[in-house]
Amino acid sequence: MSLGVVVFPGSNCDRDVQWAAEGCLGIKTRFLWHEERDLSGLDAVVIPGGFSYGDYLRCGAIARFAPVLQEVAAFAERGGRVLGICNGFQVLTEMGLLPGALTRNQKLHFICEPTDLRVEPGPCSWLQGYTSGEVVNFPIAHGEGRYQADPELLKQLGDSGQVVLRYCNNPNGSVGDVAGLSNTQGNVLGLMPHPERACDPTTGGVDGRRLLASLIG
Amino acid sequence: MPLFSARVLVSLRPSVLDPAGEATRAAAARLGVDGVSKLRIGKAVEVELDAPDEQSARAQLELLSDRLLANPVIENWTLELKDDSSAGA
Repeated sequence: MSLGVVVFPGSNCDRDVQWAAEGCLGIKTRFLWHEERDLSGLDAVVIPGGFSYGDYLRCGAIARFAPVLQEVAAFAERGGRVLGICNGFQVLTEMGLLPGALTRNQKLHFICEPTDLRVEPGPCSWLQGYTSGEVVNFPIAHGEGRYQADPELLKQLGDSGQVVLRYCNNPNGSVGDVAGLSNTQGNVLGLMPHPERACDPTTGGVDGRRLLASLIG
Repeated sequence: MPLFSARVLVSLRPSVLDPAGEATRAAAARLGVDGVSKLRIGKAVEVELDAPDEQSARAQLELLSDRLLANPVIENWTLELKDDSSAGA
């Protein structure tokens, strides 16, 4: 098992993901600089949190054109497992790998706090270690995490089991309490909360471990 | 090649909440400007572009607006285009 972690100028959770995966779970990780095109030997790719390319224009809008992401899109198309956390989720929506968009938090504040999430039934392979209806606690840390989709799309996503994580106490005004979303096949997951910051008991809870541990089944 | 200049106005779709606009509207009242019933914040992007003709310039700018400057999931855009090449700039 080998995990790629994308690094953009402005990424700031790349090392957190490495620590969670390699330091806590023993999953070999390799950093992928944004100009990298070689994903050979990788079983999964994480697009981490941060402020890719300064998040100029819109969060994730510039990152979408990074050479590494052309390869990540092809990797996902082939069924490869892709995880976008926070800024990574924003990037996945800008790329069109996940529907909808992330917008400014309803109350404008940057919110940094532990958050309860409910795991919903769905095909997402990243969440196979959790049971449907289970409540887990991951930290959030974002200013633009309000998920936006029109009512028709939101209903469709709910019906198809793509809304895989919902906030128990919606912190940012996301429609449908959406915290995490998968594609229809379930190999791509985007979420605003940070599972990688809930892996090391030294710094808090460990509810996020099972998400990354799904890679080593 | 002729030089075209354009302004692309990007605005949030009416159905999308604009909390920054709402906060600004509240500040307008504190300034003493009453009666502001709507205030929504967008972006104006000024672009200069070399293109063989207006049709081509328009096509390029539409692509740029739709695929980069705006996210059509949450935003609308409008394009104002003018040909600067005869202005003797």
